[in-house]
Amino acid sequence: MFGAGGGTSSYIEAEHADLVVLWGSNARETHPIFFHHVLQGLRNGARMYSVDPRRTSTVQWADGWLGLDVGTDIALANSIAREIIAAGLHNTSFIERATTGFEDYRRTVEPYTLARGEELTKVPAAMIRELAHAYARADRAQLCWTLGITEHHNAADYVFALINLALLTGHVGRYGSGLCPLRGQNNVQGGGDMGAIPAKLPGGYDLRDDEARARYERAWDATLSPKPGMHLSQMFEAMERKELRALYCIGENPAESEANATHARKMLTGLDHLVVQDIFRTATAELADVVLPSAADWCEYEGTVTNSERRVQRVRKAIDPPGLARPDSHIICEIANRMGHDWGQPTAEQVWDELRSVSLNWHHGMSYQRLESEGGLQWPCPTLDHPGTPLMHARLWATDPAERGTPAPFTPVEHVPPLDALAPDFPIRLTTVRNLDNYNSGVQTGGYSSPLRRREALRIDATDAAELGLEEGEVVRIVSRRGSVLAPISVDPALRPGLASITPHFTEQVDTNVITNDAWDPKSGTSEFKAAAIRIEKVPAPTTEQAAQLPVAGQ
Amino acid sequence: MDLRLTQARANDAERAAVDGVVSAALGGGSANGSSAGSVRDEHFADAGHAARGRRHLVLPTLHAVQEDIGWISPGALNYVSLRLSVAPADVYGVATFYAMFSTEPRAPRVVHVCDDVVCGQRGGERLAQGLAAELGAEGSGDDVCWVRSPCLGLCERAPAVLLQRTGEPDYSIAPASVEQTLGAAAGGGTGAVGADAAFDDTSVSAPQTGSRSASGLRLLRRVGVVNPASLDDYRANGGYTALRRAVGIGPTRVIKEVSDSSLTGRGGAAFPTGLKWDGVAKAPERPHYLVCNADESEPGTFKDRILLESDPFGLVEAMTIAGYATGCERGYLYIRGEYPLATRRLMNAIEQARQRGYLGADVMGEGFSFDLELRRGAGAYICGEETALLNSIEGFRGEPRNKPPFPSVSGLFGKPTVINNVETLYNVLEVLSVGGPAFAEIGGGRSTGPKLFCLSGAVARPGVYEVPFGTTLREVLELAGGTVGELRTILLGGAAGGFVLPDRLDVPLTLEGTREIGASLGSGVIFAIDTSVDMTEILRRIAAFFRDESCGQCVPCRVGTVRQEESLARMLRHAEIGSREQELALLDDLGKVMRDASICGLGQTAPAAIQSAIGLGLLSEGVGQ
Repeated sequence: MFGAGGGTSSYIEAEHADLVVLWGSNARETHPIFFHHVLQGLRNGARMYSVDPRRTSTVQWADGWLGLDVGTDIALANSIAREIIAAGLHNTSFIERATTGFEDYRRTVEPYTLARGEELTKVPAAMIRELAHAYARADRAQLCWTLGITEHHNAADYVFALINLALLTGHVGRYGSGLCPLRGQNNVQGGGDMGAIPAKLPGGYDLRDDEARARYERAWDATLSPKPGMHLSQMFEAMERKELRALYCIGENPAESEANATHARKMLTGLDHLVVQDIFRTATAELADVVLPSAADWCEYEGTVTNSERRVQRVRKAIDPPGLARPDSHIICEIANRMGHDWGQPTAEQVWDELRSVSLNWHHGMSYQRLESEGGLQWPCPTLDHPGTPLMHARLWATDPAERGTPAPFTPVEHVPPLDALAPDFPIRLTTVRNLDNYNSGVQTGGYSSPLRRREALRIDATDAAELGLEEGEVVRIVSRRGSVLAPISVDPALRPGLASITPHFTEQVDTNVITNDAWDPKSGTSEFKAAAIRIEKVPAPTTEQAAQLPVAGQ
Repeated sequence: MDLRLTQARANDAERAAVDGVVSAALGGGSANGSSAGSVRDEHFADAGHAARGRRHLVLPTLHAVQEDIGWISPGALNYVSLRLSVAPADVYGVATFYAMFSTEPRAPRVVHVCDDVVCGQRGGERLAQGLAAELGAEGSGDDVCWVRSPCLGLCERAPAVLLQRTGEPDYSIAPASVEQTLGAAAGGGTGAVGADAAFDDTSVSAPQTGSRSASGLRLLRRVGVVNPASLDDYRANGGYTALRRAVGIGPTRVIKEVSDSSLTGRGGAAFPTGLKWDGVAKAPERPHYLVCNADESEPGTFKDRILLESDPFGLVEAMTIAGYATGCERGYLYIRGEYPLATRRLMNAIEQARQRGYLGADVMGEGFSFDLELRRGAGAYICGEETALLNSIEGFRGEPRNKPPFPSVSGLFGKPTVINNVETLYNVLEVLSVGGPAFAEIGGGRSTGPKLFCLSGAVARPGVYEVPFGTTLREVLELAGGTVGELRTILLGGAAGGFVLPDRLDVPLTLEGTREIGASLGSGVIFAIDTSVDMTEILRRIAAFFRDESCGQCVPCRVGTVRQEESLARMLRHAEIGSREQELALLDDLGKVMRDASICGLGQTAPAAIQSAIGLGLLSEGVGQ
């Protein structure tokens, strides 16, 4: 946020907020730990609004539901902003002191009246107004989001639309008020913080920051290019152009998790060399030239993870890894050693201390000893006597302009509909969703039984099922502009007419990403998983041809 | 919240029963508009705070289903769960907590036969055997079944039955015969109206009242005099003068009068009422709640029932005064489920008071707001414990809470709450009419004012008697025409009380006087036991009562009450483990554990009568065999 990729608040603040907005997030199922904090907040009297195309289990705890059409979040956010400004509820003193670009923003959102908001989003104007007023009038408000915001072709704009709302109302940088992007797993935040984002150095430094880069070059005794590398979507494009010929893939299953999976698999198969390093024999591993079995780092090796509130926590070894499996860092170092460098075999703590020597702002103060005795620390934590930073951007509220620093900019954004447009031959909007007891392509969850698990199905509204003459459980062909899959139908009251949902969890049963859209956001590199246009075709006779095409992950 | 329900679905009648209660409670429209009607889809509960705030309707909705359908099916449980946003396991937990609810199909007409300490000895057992001969074993039968019941609070008219009827109002018959009971259960007789009329002559239950109306009655002064269905008649007999006086002197002076009167709670714990009111009145947290504990269930106790049946407006007025003085805008009247007549009379009284502006937004035009809601229990003695009662109102199982915090700090819905017993509240009317100091002159010490006693068993005229504090036990017994047969002992204070031997009859019936001889007034029970009765059997019945009524929350009580009954049952069949002395030592041991380690008063007093009997030698070899 405002230059640092992390949430501004701590989880605990949700317990003391007056209002919690869960936007594009079914946290009840997909972030159950964070949702415990939300539940505590509700118990303490907080109101909760859910913005989601589906009537999810999160919605069933909400005081209000804004069931917008997929891909209209920016229109909704702008409409909320327009209403807040029109009602005079924007925080003028915060805007004046701590932001820039308000006038541009005001002009941009001006056409998004409640009526236009309703027209674009299909959310009743009264409901938009209700959330606008509730958010603007709350003393403490948390704005949280997940993949409903970030899996779009213009995902970064979606995020800006939400940040703008926080700036407009001053709901940032104060205890209880904040912006909270919920990460998809325990260490998505940590992965990004450690340099997995191509334009960033570990510790969040911009690659073009000469001073920082020089420090890393000294520490690593190597030259670093100031030019960002490729992110995943760019890599596949480079494969397509035959520029990228070899891939070293660690803990990722792109053969199933990439949008437009058929295309992705074709690219992976066409590589000169594919190395897969994973704890499971994934579908991607099946395509690899070399498979390196790795240890499960959360229980078979030492280390740290960083959660959505920027808290770095220690992970401890509980059991020995099976067979030939080794910790990821050992494998990487060993490869370096074989390539003629001397990386040795550092311990997890030695790797961490090296990071601390270069990540001066975020991690320098976080020794293993402190992480253990203090139950984790939230970055930035620049010195050993620094308590960590539960709340970010408090500076924006400082009275002294010097302390306040660079103001936070409004970033006006416009509504752009999903690229995969609805049309007479693709009349139904398909959105991918996740549920409580499964994870992404099922690599980590498919091998385990769960009492709650429902088999994969294309979930649709009862009206659509009746119109198409479909019965519960009937296998249909789902056709998108990229491909088709077979899946059984299930009528689900969470959906609305014209909206269907499917998960990516059961790839062995339904290869969902064959039909999703791989158009991606140039700012974030994320594909538009959330919005595909499909049609549902009846299948003459039941068929199971799709089954068992790919090996079952986790087996 | 997101509920996981089984496939069982409610039928139309079950939905209608639940919807009726919910719609009435929401006043036709709800906080978030669309949710007032029936549920849009069975997979979704209404969401948000408004929906989750309806848990307190669990008991009323279950009552509605039980009354209309005759049992509570899995589908009905699911529908209650859905409408009230309560987890299905919790709804099931509540439904199975109460004796009057059945979660299995059951005959539409159920005869509850009182076989407790008083009725059991005085025809209840014979009645049970007679019904068994006609209807078959307890609980069996397609159209009519009979079940044993703990004390129904009709001891002065023993033996008593309660007829629970699907789709029709319940009513009590006392004294009951096998023929009359069978006829009524078959739908004959005069129904509830006729059965209620049998209670019109109050001199049967309260011999001091009615035609021979004795002067000097205070609590009972309107009993048998006033028409219990008429607000006008109540006013013609001095009704609402106390509230008028209260409003005239203001809340602070009302509390001062009550404090000056030294009135103590009549529910058993004898806490100073003025202190309780003052605590809540000064509590900064809002809102404040008032609760009247009319869950009179102590075996042998029926004094509150007489007041509620014969002078219902008196309670409404007294609660209004309490609400006014302590800053409560809402009062709950929690009455035991086995009091159908009192419930009907009170519902009528509340409705009339509301219509005439004695309840509502602007009481008597005096600018303060107070309204009352009647909540019925469903057969659980433990709900007479104040915190269990609060849980019951809130829609949880009626399990007591740990104290502290006390209800005056954190009570109903976690807010400061005044909880008063019925008799205590009627005393408030008296305090306001004579003034606190004058009230304090009746009796003395902590025992001031008039007191009601429930005389039953071996006395000539059982019933409720009113005497000033300080009257001796012998004088009260004489008021009831003296004892019948050779008196062995008196059970004073109820099942949770203790025994008094005939040589102590001159004990003054005050808190102090009874404590001096190791007894307690408890709920005002005076149960006379003559020498024809087997003491071990009486105590076994008391032990069985506590075993049945233990809520099971804490181990000392849950296990202790079972072990206690087992020991007494062994003694009764002369199958003692070791000797009788060893059994008595075991009982003594159990008693200590229960008294010291139970969460609430039920477990702590469950061994009281048995300990008392052991102490007085009533269980020793050769006594009453």
